[in-house]
Amino acid sequence: MASALINVPRKAKRGEIIEIKTLMSHIMETGYRHTSTGEVVPRDIITSFSCRYNGTEIFRADLFPAIAANPFITFFTVATESGKFDFEWIGDRGFTETASASITVE
Amino acid sequence: MRPACTIVMAVLLIAASFARADEIPPGERRSGFTFMTPETQAMQDDDTANPGMLFVLDGETLWKNKAGAAGKACADCHDDARTSMKGVAARYPAFDKALGRPVDLEQRINLCRANHQQAAPLPYESPELLALTAFVARQSRNMPIITGADPQLAPFIARGRELFTQRQGQLNLGCANCHDDNWDKHLAGSAITQGHPTGYPLYRLEWQSLGSLQRRLRGCIAGIRAQPYDYGAPELVELELYLMSRARGMPIETPAVRP
Repeated sequence: MASALINVPRKAKRGEIIEIKTLMSHIMETGYRHTSTGEVVPRDIITSFSCRYNGTEIFRADLFPAIAANPFITFFTVATESGKFDFEWIGDRGFTETASASITVE
Repeated sequence: MRPACTIVMAVLLIAASFARADEIPPGERRSGFTFMTPETQAMQDDDTANPGMLFVLDGETLWKNKAGAAGKACADCHDDARTSMKGVAARYPAFDKALGRPVDLEQRINLCRANHQQAAPLPYESPELLALTAFVARQSRNMPIITGADPQLAPFIARGRELFTQRQGQLNLGCANCHDDNWDKHLAGSAITQGHPTGYPLYRLEWQSLGSLQRRLRGCIAGIRAQPYDYGAPELVELELYLMSRARGMPIETPAVRP
């Protein structure tokens, strides 16, 4: 039941600095915890996040075990043209999720 | 006769001063929200930053999924939750006629699954049950709590209050010793709140997950070094019921965020 919450302004003026907020549902299991019987709980984290603006990568982050569950990543960019933001999360155990949001630049 | 009387009076006065447990006057009641940092408050207020909303979204999907032998979804009977579930969480736990005792929202969902969907109950604290509960409770956001209006609940509320004030565990503390008497103070670095359950199920940063009021109560009970009641125990539901009726009139915040 993975889901993402994306917050991108629907409209912006050309050249305006806009904030993009992303929240991805993930347990971010560190791999350092043990069960009550002593077995290691295997690591299960998101390892990378990227954002493309009309196909061009504008933001990328590597994630590590110390990051809390449901990673909330925010960043800024300059609104240059109308189009689409594509977000991608990649993680352990073949985890991949994508989401997108569009913006109108006036 | 007179000295004996004085001694009795003195003993009573001393006893009264130890057993304060005064209820918080309505004007001084504060949601746990007001004890948080502005950053955590902002996280709760922004639906795209509030991690509890991830569960609400999952709950919205589950609401429409067919489940059990009856092949029915919640939406098949209840239709649009935005209208049918509006205000429901504000009056739970509520009295169940068939069982003859109060049930909380999680139990109501599982009763619905058993009776109408012929589906297996969802385990307590499972992502599915939390998601459905959060989705249902979300429909009552900002509505005042009215739990306890049903007169049939009176004896259960009284029992919940008894549990709330009763000292227990190795630390010999009752809920009221902190949440009625010392809510304006701190326990180590953490604010002691008044214990109004206005935002459950809520996203607790310490849990890194959504959790139910019963999970919170069990955590508190373990904290005073007492044996927690099992999930679904009538004692926990009575405590939930008392706490909700104690918070009557305060707005529902589900899904809240707490540190």
